[in-house]
Amino acid sequence: MGINAKDKKSKLNIDFEVVEKAREIARKIAIATQKFIDQHTTTTIERTVCRLLGIDGVDEFGVPLPNNVVENIIKSEYLGKGAATFLGNVMLHTGLSPQQIAEKVSNDDLDLNEFQLKEITKIEEVINPIVKETLEKIKQNKEKREFFINKFGDKEGPYIYVIVATGNINEDIIQAKAAARQGADIIAVIRSTGQSLLDYVPYGPTTEGYGGTYATQENFRLMRKALDEVSEELGRYIKLTNYCSGLCMPEIAAMGAFERLDVMLNDALYGILFRDINMQRTIIDQYFSRMINSFAGVIINTGEDNYLTTADAYEAAHTVLASQFINEQFALLAGLKEEQMGLGHAFEMNPDLENGFLYELAQAQMAREIFPNAPLKYMPPTKYMTGNIFKGHIQDTLFNMITIMTNQRIHLLGMLTEAIHTPFMSDRALSIENARYIFKNMKSISEEITFKKGGIMEERVREVLNKSIELLQEIEKQGLFNTIEKGIFANIKRSIDGGKGLEGVIKREKDYYNPFMEIMAKQLKRGGD
Amino acid sequence: MEKSKSIDLTTVKPYGDTVNDGKVQISFTLPVDNNEKAILAAKTIAEKMGLEDPDVVYHEKLDVGFTFFILYGRLDFSIDYTKIRVESVEVEIMSIKEIDEYIRENIRRKVIVLGATTGTDAHTVGIDAIISMKGYAGHKGLESYEMIETYNMGSQVTNEEFIKKAIEMKADVLLVSQTVTQKNIHLKNLTNLVELLEAEAIRDKVILICGGPRISNELAKELGYDAGFGPNTYAETVTSYFIKEIVNRKIK
Repeated sequence: MGINAKDKKSKLNIDFEVVEKAREIARKIAIATQKFIDQHTTTTIERTVCRLLGIDGVDEFGVPLPNNVVENIIKSEYLGKGAATFLGNVMLHTGLSPQQIAEKVSNDDLDLNEFQLKEITKIEEVINPIVKETLEKIKQNKEKREFFINKFGDKEGPYIYVIVATGNINEDIIQAKAAARQGADIIAVIRSTGQSLLDYVPYGPTTEGYGGTYATQENFRLMRKALDEVSEELGRYIKLTNYCSGLCMPEIAAMGAFERLDVMLNDALYGILFRDINMQRTIIDQYFSRMINSFAGVIINTGEDNYLTTADAYEAAHTVLASQFINEQFALLAGLKEEQMGLGHAFEMNPDLENGFLYELAQAQMAREIFPNAPLKYMPPTKYMTGNIFKGHIQDTLFNMITIMTNQRIHLLGMLTEAIHTPFMSDRALSIENARYIFKNMKSISEEITFKKGGIMEERVREVLNKSIELLQEIEKQGLFNTIEKGIFANIKRSIDGGKGLEGVIKREKDYYNPFMEIMAKQLKRGGD
Repeated sequence: MEKSKSIDLTTVKPYGDTVNDGKVQISFTLPVDNNEKAILAAKTIAEKMGLEDPDVVYHEKLDVGFTFFILYGRLDFSIDYTKIRVESVEVEIMSIKEIDEYIRENIRRKVIVLGATTGTDAHTVGIDAIISMKGYAGHKGLESYEMIETYNMGSQVTNEEFIKKAIEMKADVLLVSQTVTQKNIHLKNLTNLVELLEAEAIRDKVILICGGPRISNELAKELGYDAGFGPNTYAETVTSYFIKEIVNRKIK
């Protein structure tokens, strides 16, 4: 965005002045929504503060201690002052640590609301050293990642991203190490289905899950350790991905920051549309979680690709672009750098569509040119995968070709057995082999090709860009929440008071105190300030 | 056709390029290192599967202690095709217009259809193909039918939520989709729904249908459903079935 719009070069004759106009509208949409965000906190944000202050573990019933603390404060109806206010206050009164306080609260030995509130400056004095220590720990993790990347060198070209999803962290580790040795650069541990709807984060190592493995801090630690071992063995830093989405967005961001995760799915719109999470709740949660991810040097991934699994990929292409513009602005407001924005898009057109490859190629090139510094996340075909593994392998091949032809960065590998089962070890190996073959065989193709002036591709891109501007203008007029209520994204309608988690939205008091948010906002270059 | 004359349907075998050559291809992974012994092990497994003269055409190390194999072989046994009985849903498929017409004449009110992907499955592809306006592959979904009122609850719907909504809507037809599941959990989940419907005493008041890539009509009936539809089923087929069933069963 630093370069003047007129000086930019495009293979598709993109009008960058139109692009800048789209950005400007998206920015207004994001800022309007940010005003709402800044007036609220949520139960999971306050639980995140607890975690960042060192509270961890579960009680005898398996309830996480941060949940117990926040439940306790909610009784006073003053959670809008921030959990840190109460914890700091009780620390002053009792001399206990946050963890000791949380344990006593969990045993019903202590009620955070029964202590006279001391002056905020005194509370800050006792909280600040812990805040400093926590942020230092997160910084050290970030530096450790940078150290590894410098030591091994960052991979050029697309990162090969694969998922493991056995449900058992120990089995996941075997699969992940095998995938890394086969050539994967990023391992995503798919979460157990349904975790996004839990209003707490499970605890400890887990060996049972459905369609995936629970995101717990201990599972994060075990997998990161295994990948560090295999990184040393291969001389290549293997990145780890998990999912900051659902009802515990910022808590999972904090856990990821503690355990050096590298990539996090982090998209409120995805939760609203596909998991029916309440829109107010998740958009507030998203802000703090993105801030933590930003601070921890984590690349976020957004979920625009999912729109195309329900809406038609050809007809709804402009909704993806519009959403990317909005996501970019929200990310900037949370302090994320462009280099940390893995905006999502996908190869999901009907294989029977004539010239479908050209449209996909045009759109992928367009996304690349409009977000030149973002490590775009490009998703493989899923909707039209049929169980014909042989054809599926070819669909994935075409997808692989587009990535190398348009320099996508985070390449989520398609599996020939998509729509049949979670990947076997051999499925992953065949898919990695396919991608490596294409990426090597066609390595420099993007430097060699230009596209026909006034051709099908140019025309397609102009159409998508213009339609996305119209949509952004409509959203600006109506507001983001209203637009979602009308089902503009993914053809899915969600109401402002519907979905899960609304009860966890709390209006901030005038003296709301969240030391982490304050300090991170200061240290990060927030694009909104 | 010339070819079919030479095929004796009482002794059918897989076909490679010559009738009765019995050729099949298989692939699998063994949790052992890639070496001569592993190749022999793969052949032994194929023989135990009933393959004659199995040939390992490809083998590759996937990781330390894991090897992938592709094999071809021949089956010497045959099956009697004439004795195979399939219980697929027998329906005369009507067009959207015909269906709306049929409902107007025979049911005289809108038919209420509730759909969801239940359990832990997060895939909505199947249920969307049947319900959403757009449908699939040019076959419009139930939302485009004038005489059908429909609601798609999406994915990861618990059986309890599903039933609650069914009662609230007074649904005539329940559509359950199961796309990708792990370790056959979909069977347990589908059975559980039947049990819950029986417990609520509404099993007889609804037409209960399931669908998905691993669902057959036979399986569905075994599990206590009225019908089951496999892959490549479009909205007209499902609808043609259930509107007649409503009339046959005199659901008012």
